[in-house]
Amino acid sequence: MADPHVTRLRHGALITLTLVLMTLLLLLPLGVIFTETFSRGLGAVLGALTDPDAIDAIRLTLTVAAVSVPLNAICGTAAAWCIGRFDFPGRTLLTTLIELPFSVSPVISGLVWVLLFGANGWFGSWLDQHEVRIIFALPGLILATVFVTFPFVARSLLPLMREQGAAEEEAALTLGATGWQTFFRVTLPNIRWALLYGVLLCNARAMGEFGAVAVVSGHIRGQTLTMPLFVEALFNDYDWVGAFSVAALLSLLALVTLGLRVLLERQMGGSRRDIF
Amino acid sequence: MRLARRSSLPGFSLTLGITLTWLSLIVLLPLAALTLRPWELGIAGLWHSLTEPRVLAALRLSFGAATLAAAINVPLGLLIAWVMVRYRFPGRGLADSIIDMPLALPTAVAGISLTALFAPKGWIGALLTPLGIKVAYTPLGVLVALIFVGLPFVVRMLEPIILDLPADAEEAAATLGATRLQTLWRVTLPALAPTLLAGFGAALARGVGEYGSVIFIAGNMPMVSEIAPLLIVIRLEQLDYAGAAALGVAMLLLSFAILLVINRLQRWLIRT
Repeated sequence: MADPHVTRLRHGALITLTLVLMTLLLLLPLGVIFTETFSRGLGAVLGALTDPDAIDAIRLTLTVAAVSVPLNAICGTAAAWCIGRFDFPGRTLLTTLIELPFSVSPVISGLVWVLLFGANGWFGSWLDQHEVRIIFALPGLILATVFVTFPFVARSLLPLMREQGAAEEEAALTLGATGWQTFFRVTLPNIRWALLYGVLLCNARAMGEFGAVAVVSGHIRGQTLTMPLFVEALFNDYDWVGAFSVAALLSLLALVTLGLRVLLERQMGGSRRDIF
Repeated sequence: MRLARRSSLPGFSLTLGITLTWLSLIVLLPLAALTLRPWELGIAGLWHSLTEPRVLAALRLSFGAATLAAAINVPLGLLIAWVMVRYRFPGRGLADSIIDMPLALPTAVAGISLTALFAPKGWIGALLTPLGIKVAYTPLGVLVALIFVGLPFVVRMLEPIILDLPADAEEAAATLGATRLQTLWRVTLPALAPTLLAGFGAALARGVGEYGSVIFIAGNMPMVSEIAPLLIVIRLEQLDYAGAAALGVAMLLLSFAILLVINRLQRWLIRT
């Protein structure tokens, strides 16, 4: 058997190596964001964040998330109900199709909407005649975001709903509850943490999405720049402090999301559900 | 039998209806537009559009850098996952929850932060410049960004498998006189091989399509450091919708083909 001292030393070295690597890979990028943000002092940061264009970008990001997250939460819950509670042919295929957006490049997730609604798209000339703007406008940003965040809620609910089974719902129904009563009084309390988990990840992605919205945005300052797109615009204008200030705000969102996720995982009984 | 029992619940047609409508509008219709659009170029035009030197260079860079990054992430991810699961040390919980940072951080934020780090005057760039290593605005920058975004996939896939790894096989090997390296090589790694491969595939797939974290650090020189997703954006800006869609479909097909091979390899590994 190995000498316990040597073993302890080896363990210590391995742990140190890992932590050093993780610091380099994960913490340094985070550190540089906040360092660059405050490199010109707090005043510059506040100035950058209260700029009218910055406020418009923040408002737009919140609007996009406020529309796309509830839509996907409702449809994701519906999907989890029918796939998780019923057996029917094509169930596996349906699950695969729901997860499809995760395996598509963000740029393609934006491209598909331009192919439908862009100037040269399938419905482009019709939209033009009726003066409806989708691409380079808010609806396009929402559609791209909905596509990208489509799978989150269904994916976080499905394993749980399969695992729980329908016994409690059936009991409620036998006792005379209606379908909706059963859903709101029995199902929803049972799945609430997993639902929140899905909504949390969905929201983080909706607010942070870059590639898909970059394609449909048209980059009109004050109108179609979400926060991540505004970061790009400022960065390309060499407004270093401005870009990093907005980036810092988004990083805070990421950190809060990670923190809440740990709490929710604890609520759900420690079993890790690793999707992002 | 399960069908009979479960069908006593209400709401099947309502929820299936919502799901199918939403899925068709949000996923299937757009993807149909993607797969149909390239054909208006005709076979010859399609071939021409996909074999331009600039397209081939971009595809080579995207797939090459993603493969290399995934290959680097395999040992890196294995080390991190192993230490997180097998060792107890102060701060382990915090360290473990920070592994998902690259996925939680918006890609544009990761992009400008990596650029700042690796720019010639950045924290890491300043150390590398005297050595003659240029990362920012070169293909090496693409690699760095893809390592960053791919790492969590490998770690997260390995962790539950390492947790379930039967400790008795390792102990038996040790009792039989195997050195630690022999145990690792002959017992542990073969047991983890299918998962390592799956993590490799997931990191690769993510890397191929990655956009936000790459374009800031890459420099985006045509033929040199221009990734395929960026070329799609450029074609769209030139209103070449069919060309953009063709490149998109080509990327998806290539990725699926690679994942299919990895999947087959994985099954073969599990069987042997």
